[in-house]
Amino acid sequence: MEMHKYMILLYFFVFPCALSHAAGDAALEQRVQRVAAELRCLVCQNQSLADSHAELAVDLKNKVREQLERGASEKDVLQFMTERYGDFVLYRPPLKTTTLLLWFGPGLLLLAGLAALFLRLRRRSAVAAEPVLTAAERARAATLLDSSSDPNSLNHHGEPKAR
Amino acid sequence: MKRWLWPLVIFLVLAVFLGVGLTLNPREVPSPLIGKPAPPFQLPQLHDPEKTFSQKDMAGKVWLLNVWASWCGPCREEHPIWVDLAKTNVVPIYGLNYKDKRSDSMAWLQRYGDPYVLSASDLKGSIGIDYGVYGVPETYVIDKQGIIRFKQIGPVTPAVLKEKILPLIAKLNGNA
Repeated sequence: MEMHKYMILLYFFVFPCALSHAAGDAALEQRVQRVAAELRCLVCQNQSLADSHAELAVDLKNKVREQLERGASEKDVLQFMTERYGDFVLYRPPLKTTTLLLWFGPGLLLLAGLAALFLRLRRRSAVAAEPVLTAAERARAATLLDSSSDPNSLNHHGEPKAR
Repeated sequence: MKRWLWPLVIFLVLAVFLGVGLTLNPREVPSPLIGKPAPPFQLPQLHDPEKTFSQKDMAGKVWLLNVWASWCGPCREEHPIWVDLAKTNVVPIYGLNYKDKRSDSMAWLQRYGDPYVLSASDLKGSIGIDYGVYGVPETYVIDKQGIIRFKQIGPVTPAVLKEKILPLIAKLNGNA
């Protein structure tokens, strides 16, 4: 039933509109679509004006069309919308102090990740590069350890401390 | 100990950001019109379409502009608040009847009461666009200089009226 209603709506409103526009000024319509794709529908906020069929979105698209027809530039139209609905209508938020984190946050996270990775890798290679004892050294260390019950008398190379 | 530190810090930072995100209301888009002059309009009056109403008629007064429509459910929710407020004569309430049929809106006012000094008919909703209306009802507090001082998106609640709108009106009336 619901579906039926929508189909009727489509036939009577959307299709004829689409057809008449296609027949009319295709270039203008393309510009309208392009601007509408840059604007957020405030009613269904995760859709652009171009995608939305909310009543307000249709009104706003008509407003876009009307202004472009009058010779306004696409920038003018975006300006017009921002003056009324704020930066929130723009799908591409402008670069401002309040949006710095939004714009550069992902980059910062990436840098932080790379820095963490770099530090970790360097630490690991430093550990790996520590000299491995040869069998002879090992044996010497063992005798030294055996001969002295006081580990404090040895420095960390296993040799008696110079006094 | 140190192993735990970084994941903990990252978790806390994330938790704070997500927590703030959750408490924000995405429906409340801050209006760029606050602190700006109320957009000009001249519209026919609902009850007497021969006459017009313009924001200029209100120069020198603090007033409320309430955007409403008979098709709008939440408008009915907030309506008793306006009806009560109108009785106190604290502030004149003007209606912007948004994309409505005249007969529907007249019937609606008859049924639920008419708190408005008058309502202006924005049949096509173009003044609504100028005012950045995207979810009816919306309410604007406009000062004596015609500057928008406050905007309520969605139905006004007794709390908003008492804590924000009424004090603001008192302040605007006292200082200006």
